[in-house]
Amino acid sequence: MAVPRYWREIPQRYNLVGTKCGSCGKIYFPPKVVCPTCRRKSLGHMEDCALAGRGTVESYTVIYAPPPHFEGEEPYTMALIKMDEGCYLMGQVVDLEPQEIHIGLRVEACFRRIYEDGTRGAIQYGYKFKKMEEAETP
Amino acid sequence: MREVALIGSGVTEFGELWEKSLADLVAEAGITAIMDAGIDGTDIDALYIGGMSAGRFVGQEHLGSLAAEVAGLSDLHIPATRVEAACASGGLALHSGYLAVASGAYDVVVVGGAEKMTDVPGTEATNILASAANREWEAFFGATFPGLYALMARYHMHKHGTTSKQLAQVAVKNHHNGTLNPKAQYQRKISVEDVLNSTMVADPLHLLDCSPITDGAAAVVVASVETARQFTDQPVRIMASCHASDSISLSERSRFDALPAAVSAARCAYRQAGVEPTDIDFAEVHDCFTIAEIMAIEDLGFVDRGQGGPATEDGLTARDGDIPVNTSGGLKSKGHPVGATGIAQIHELMLQLRGQAGQRQVEKADIGLSHNVGGSGGTAVIHILEAI
Repeated sequence: MAVPRYWREIPQRYNLVGTKCGSCGKIYFPPKVVCPTCRRKSLGHMEDCALAGRGTVESYTVIYAPPPHFEGEEPYTMALIKMDEGCYLMGQVVDLEPQEIHIGLRVEACFRRIYEDGTRGAIQYGYKFKKMEEAETP
Repeated sequence: MREVALIGSGVTEFGELWEKSLADLVAEAGITAIMDAGIDGTDIDALYIGGMSAGRFVGQEHLGSLAAEVAGLSDLHIPATRVEAACASGGLALHSGYLAVASGAYDVVVVGGAEKMTDVPGTEATNILASAANREWEAFFGATFPGLYALMARYHMHKHGTTSKQLAQVAVKNHHNGTLNPKAQYQRKISVEDVLNSTMVADPLHLLDCSPITDGAAAVVVASVETARQFTDQPVRIMASCHASDSISLSERSRFDALPAAVSAARCAYRQAGVEPTDIDFAEVHDCFTIAEIMAIEDLGFVDRGQGGPATEDGLTARDGDIPVNTSGGLKSKGHPVGATGIAQIHELMLQLRGQAGQRQVEKADIGLSHNVGGSGGTAVIHILEAI
C-alpha cells in the first residue's frame, strides 16, 4: 500500500476529535463536513469536538482470520462502541481475555500501535479501547 | 419507461477454476447467455459487466472493453460499461442494463458479472474484500468482512435471541440445495454439528457460516418486452429493479440488526412490481454469511423482525417450505465470485420461472425475487421477476 495513505495527517486517529454540528448539536466521528440531519444548514458550521473517549460496547467479535497486516495478532477483539457523545465507532478492545468482552462493557480509548508494515515499513498508530479502569460515579 | 424482459442466461461452473482466466470465464458465461437467448452479435446494443476488484485479484481493469473483445464484439464498437458496487456489482450491472432498455436508449443488452478470486492467497483475498468496507475507519483498525457481519450477528443474537444453531441451519439448508446444482462449488451436505465444530473465523461466525472464495461468471440478456418475443417464447419480465445505498461504514448505520438499504430497496421493489412479500413464490438472497440470510428474510418482509432464525429452523425457507430461499445453494454452497453473484442469482430465478431447474425445481414459481448486497450493506439491489 502506498506510503502517502499511511503518512497523511489524520489527527483524529490519535486524538478522537470528531465534529459537532453547529446547527443541531449532534456529534460525529469520524469528522464530517456536512451534517446528515441539517445538511445545507450545517455547511460552514461543523466544529471540531474532542470526544471524552468513553463508551459502551454495543456489539463485538473476536477475529481469528486476520488480514495480512494483522497476521500473528489473532485472536483479537473488535467492537462496535457507542461513545458517550452518541456516535458509534469501531475499534479493537485490548488488554482483556476474549471471554471478558460482553455487550454493555464500559470502555475507554487508549493510544496504541495498530500494525507495522513489515519489519522496515511505517508503524501505524491509532486508538484502541480497554476496559474502563476506574469505577464511574453514576 | 418501457416494459423490460430477460430472454436468456448462462453461468459457468463455480469453484476454484485454476485452469481458466477471468477472460475465459467472461466469454463462457456471455456466449452461453447469448446462445440461450437466440440472439446474434449484431442484435446487441450494449454490454454491462459487474466486477468488484479484478484489478487487485488478477491485475485487470477495463472489463467493459475486455468483455467486448472476448465475446467477439469489438468490431461493432458498442458501448461496454463496467459497473462496481462491491459484492452487488452484478445486481447493479443488471439495474444499469434495465434502465438503459426501459428508457428506450437500447433494445437488447447483455449484462454479465465475473470475478476470479482464487489466484491470490486467502489472507490477501480477505484484504481485498475488506476494500468493500471503509478502509480508513474500519479495515485500518483490523476489521474484516466476516468481522463486520459477526458484529451484526452478535447484535442480532443479543436483541432477538437468534442462536448459533439457527445460523448453522441456513448453511445446512443451502448446502442441501447445492447438492442439486451441478454448477455449485460445494455439492455436499453438511450438518449443524459440522458448522458449529468448524474453525471460528470471527466469533460467532464459523468457517461454515461463511461463503467461500470462488471463481465464476454469469450473464443474462435483457430486451424490451416487445423485442423479447422475436427471440424467445419464454421471456421473463422484470417487474421491479431497485437500487438503494447506505453508509459504507457499519458504525454509521441507523441500526445493526438489519440492512436499511435492503429494507429501502425492497420497499421500492414491491411498490414498483405492485406485489406484497406474500406474493413472492421463492427468492435468491445474499447469504454471504449465514446471518445475512436471516436478516435478508426479515428485511424483505417474509418474516417479522427477529423471526428469521426461528423461521429458518421451522423450514419456512427450505425448498419444500412456504417460501424457498436460495434453491441454487446460495452464495454459501454455490460459491460467491463477488462480481458474478448478482447475475448468477438472476440465472437461478430464470431457471425456476421457466421450469428448467431440474431436480431443484420448486412447485410454484410464478414470481421470484433476488436480493444482492454490496459490502456490509452499503448497497442493495433487488429484482422481482415473473414468467410471462
